[in-house]
Amino acid sequence: MTRTNHFFGKDIVSIKDFSKDDLEFIFETTDKIRKLKPDEKSEFGKGRTLGYIFYEPSTRTRMSFEAAMASLGGSSIGIFDSKFSSIEKGESLADTIRIMDLYSDIIVLRHPNDGSSRYAAELSNNPIINAGSGSEEHPTQAMLDLYTILKEKGRINNLTIGIVGDLKYGRTIYSLLYGLKNYQVDIYLISPPTLSVRSESIYEIRNKINIKQENYLDEVIKKLDVLYVTRIQKERFPDTQEYEKVKGTYKIDDKILENTKTDLSIMHPLPRLDEISHLVDNSPKAIYFKQAAYGKELRAALLTVILNECPF
Amino acid sequence: MSEPNQLLVRRIEQGTVIDHIDPSKAFNVLKTLNINGKEGNIVTVALNVPSSKREKKDIIKIENKFLKRKDTDRIALISPNATINIIKNYKVAEKRKIEVPDSITDIFKCPNVNCISNNEKNILSTIVVLDKVNIVLKCKYCSRIIDINDLEEI
Repeated sequence: MTRTNHFFGKDIVSIKDFSKDDLEFIFETTDKIRKLKPDEKSEFGKGRTLGYIFYEPSTRTRMSFEAAMASLGGSSIGIFDSKFSSIEKGESLADTIRIMDLYSDIIVLRHPNDGSSRYAAELSNNPIINAGSGSEEHPTQAMLDLYTILKEKGRINNLTIGIVGDLKYGRTIYSLLYGLKNYQVDIYLISPPTLSVRSESIYEIRNKINIKQENYLDEVIKKLDVLYVTRIQKERFPDTQEYEKVKGTYKIDDKILENTKTDLSIMHPLPRLDEISHLVDNSPKAIYFKQAAYGKELRAALLTVILNECPF
Repeated sequence: MSEPNQLLVRRIEQGTVIDHIDPSKAFNVLKTLNINGKEGNIVTVALNVPSSKREKKDIIKIENKFLKRKDTDRIALISPNATINIIKNYKVAEKRKIEVPDSITDIFKCPNVNCISNNEKNILSTIVVLDKVNIVLKCKYCSRIIDINDLEEI
């Protein structure tokens, strides 16, 4: 079946803006990109410039976008430390976006405020990709998470997926839940009561997704096909004492993995602190580095279909 | 002026009668309209008036002020069942039912302090109405579902 490219020239502000068909189009495009030799994909971004603006730290998201753009024959410019830009002098987001819009063909934005990418998309003539907006969304992370599940488990439907950690402030969680609502999955949300998912942020999918909320991981983990671990994010807590109370609540180590399904897959958007023991890294259950690798390829696919109407 | 209870407070020669306000919401309506008495208009407020259509209602009569559509939009989210009567020469010159708009711009703040609309200058805060019957609201920018009781004016 030939799918229509609904991504050409479009912003990627929220995963809510894309249908299951759109997501599967991206997954299929990612498959195609992965099969191409370097010189075969270097036409997709040739002569084009990606502009990134990161108001918050990033390792994987920024580097994977840069690496993806380079693999497509394009170049990247940007701001990854606002101290060395006019942002430090008080320049507004609006003006920063307007200027980057003049110098680039596509803009990747990470910003601490919820809704920042939607606002940037109103201002920019070129497409905006949301690389994290406050605790609201991180849509490309969710797309690569879904792609990772698809590739590693062979399907997304009929899986039991546990999401553990900071579900209140974790922006990847909200994008992932809205992405998962397109599939038949059982979801366990495991968090301390103070970090449970914000009900108002899943209002639109509350009746479309099968969610159970838990505080303890030990029993639930036995049922899971996928365990998605998130970091408890110190930087998002208004009160550091509250952070101290909940940090280290969950720890994935060899012991807790003894009673899990043999084909359990452990994911993490990274960076991790101590929520996953480094001793787990060599387990076949640990797929978080593969997940990061899929990230570059899925983002290359996204850039390809945003910049090219009919790349294949 | 069909309901006899409106005569509980005196008829006005000209101005606006806001009728069928949800009970106990009259003061919220006044606040939303920025009416605090300093304007000098005579304002009469009746609370918990028995109503034939609903059990109780509030009524506000504002003399010598004709509410405009923009004002009506403000009331829509506080008391969507209210009706507006424009009075001229003691007669109803215009009867207007409030219609809940698709969205409301530059009147209410998003209650999410981390929303870009509360942190960047020159953004017009926009509240989108998802459900006009049950009044379900969402911020256009941060997408948070908003409790109507958390709405604050800009």
